[in-house]
Amino acid sequence: MTAAQRVERVYREHRARMLAALVRALGDFELAEDALQDACAMALRRWPDTVPDDPVAWLLTVARNRAIDRLRRARLAREKEPAVETTMSDFETDSLLAEVGDERLSLIFTCCHPALAMEARVALTLQAVVGLTAGQIARAFVVAEATLAQRLVRAKRKIRGARISLDLPADHLLPARLAGVLAVVYLIFTQGYTGDDDRAGLRQEAIRLGKLVATLMPDEPEALGLVALMLLHDSRSATRHSGSGDVVLLENQDRTRWDRTEIDEGVRLLARALRHGTPGPYQLQATIAVLHAQATGTADTDWPAIAGLYAELLAAAPSPVVALNHAVAVAMADGPAVGLALVDGIEGIERYHLLHAARADLLRRLDRREEAAAAYRRAHELATTPADRRFLAGRLLALDAT
Amino acid sequence: MRYMLLIYNCEQPAPGEPGFEEALARVNAFAAECRRRNVFVAGDPLQEESTATTVRVRDGRTLITDGPFAETHDHLGGYYILDCATLDEVLELAEICPFAADGAIEVRPLAGGVPGLDHSAAEVFAAE
Repeated sequence: MTAAQRVERVYREHRARMLAALVRALGDFELAEDALQDACAMALRRWPDTVPDDPVAWLLTVARNRAIDRLRRARLAREKEPAVETTMSDFETDSLLAEVGDERLSLIFTCCHPALAMEARVALTLQAVVGLTAGQIARAFVVAEATLAQRLVRAKRKIRGARISLDLPADHLLPARLAGVLAVVYLIFTQGYTGDDDRAGLRQEAIRLGKLVATLMPDEPEALGLVALMLLHDSRSATRHSGSGDVVLLENQDRTRWDRTEIDEGVRLLARALRHGTPGPYQLQATIAVLHAQATGTADTDWPAIAGLYAELLAAAPSPVVALNHAVAVAMADGPAVGLALVDGIEGIERYHLLHAARADLLRRLDRREEAAAAYRRAHELATTPADRRFLAGRLLALDAT
Repeated sequence: MRYMLLIYNCEQPAPGEPGFEEALARVNAFAAECRRRNVFVAGDPLQEESTATTVRVRDGRTLITDGPFAETHDHLGGYYILDCATLDEVLELAEICPFAADGAIEVRPLAGGVPGLDHSAAEVFAAE
């Protein structure tokens, strides 16, 4: 192995941990990143001669020293004063090395702080914790790289300027903050589900990130529940679109192609989460996904159980989209007329194409064809992706053909 | 770190109006909590915006206009300055500040340590 390969490997394997330790010790994201880069550059020069016993400790020591140099130079430039020996004591330099424990959890909470804009939380988490470049994140979220880079810089400066905590949140804030962290992880996952294969990598990163949070917070069943949910959704990814990129509904998916390894892992993790006895929204959604995974098709799906779980979810986290899913499950369990009555009672998502698509489907099953056609047309108008539009146009044609 | 809490769009009852005593008690309880946590630096309501005057000097000419700087629907009604360790700490106080339930509170860190800035002007807050 060459020195360059060795540096690359240590960096790849320990980057988040080293960055977390430096951010925590230096109190400044940008400085920590620059210092870590400096240290890697020095490792490339030094490691061909002498390989350190503990490369991570070596990199952190160098990074810390370089950070102090950078601060000293900045202070000199500002104040034109020679004596700055005192800056050394500004940092708890000993604790930096003594505690190269795991600061990644604090880093995640800092990146997902509610005082940052949602898109900044997502971008910062992907950069600092996951290790994606600004370019990769920009491509995944379809924004200009310069915009994304600016967003990252602004977030890092706000963390320093407004003194956003670099520690774990206080106990009484933890439940709400953890929910915020999980929301960021899930958003990264769902972004990996929209559109093309370029973004598929995001789903794996989200699952890895979720597992990291769940490992670092073993007493939080919702973290495990989210990982289970993501695995179960991901297990169906190969069958969600046809070869031509068209949407394939759950009822028409080839379940033999669902990834059984992911399903088994999801089921196992969910069981572990549920043993805590505090089922939250992610655990409920994962349980629903398990019921789908255990059925061979819509005919032997336990719809009454799914409808019941959606009702629980609706009570725990009310939202019109959950209400729509609940209505569809009730329609499967108790017939389209009951489902339609529920759908027609939903408010707040009049411009959501799936609301109209669901109505159309129920009207079709009730043989109210003209109303069904009108609802499909409305859904088609509101759909935003070409695949959704093609799908809805297809349903409309199928309706005419019967 | 010192943070300024800017209180926006908050209609409070005036003395003598219904609800004034209750509102006053809530505001006093908040100030007492800030003092108990030893973070209270300053705080005052501002008079209504009709009393505002805006001054600009351009090319050596002074332009004085009646009214607030920003012609928006948002009214700055008062402020607090709190000295807290982290943003979390001050956000928690902003959350229990009675004005948060009515209008909105913008939390801004004061820029400390500006090189060469003479901070003695800050004594104004203490003198009053």
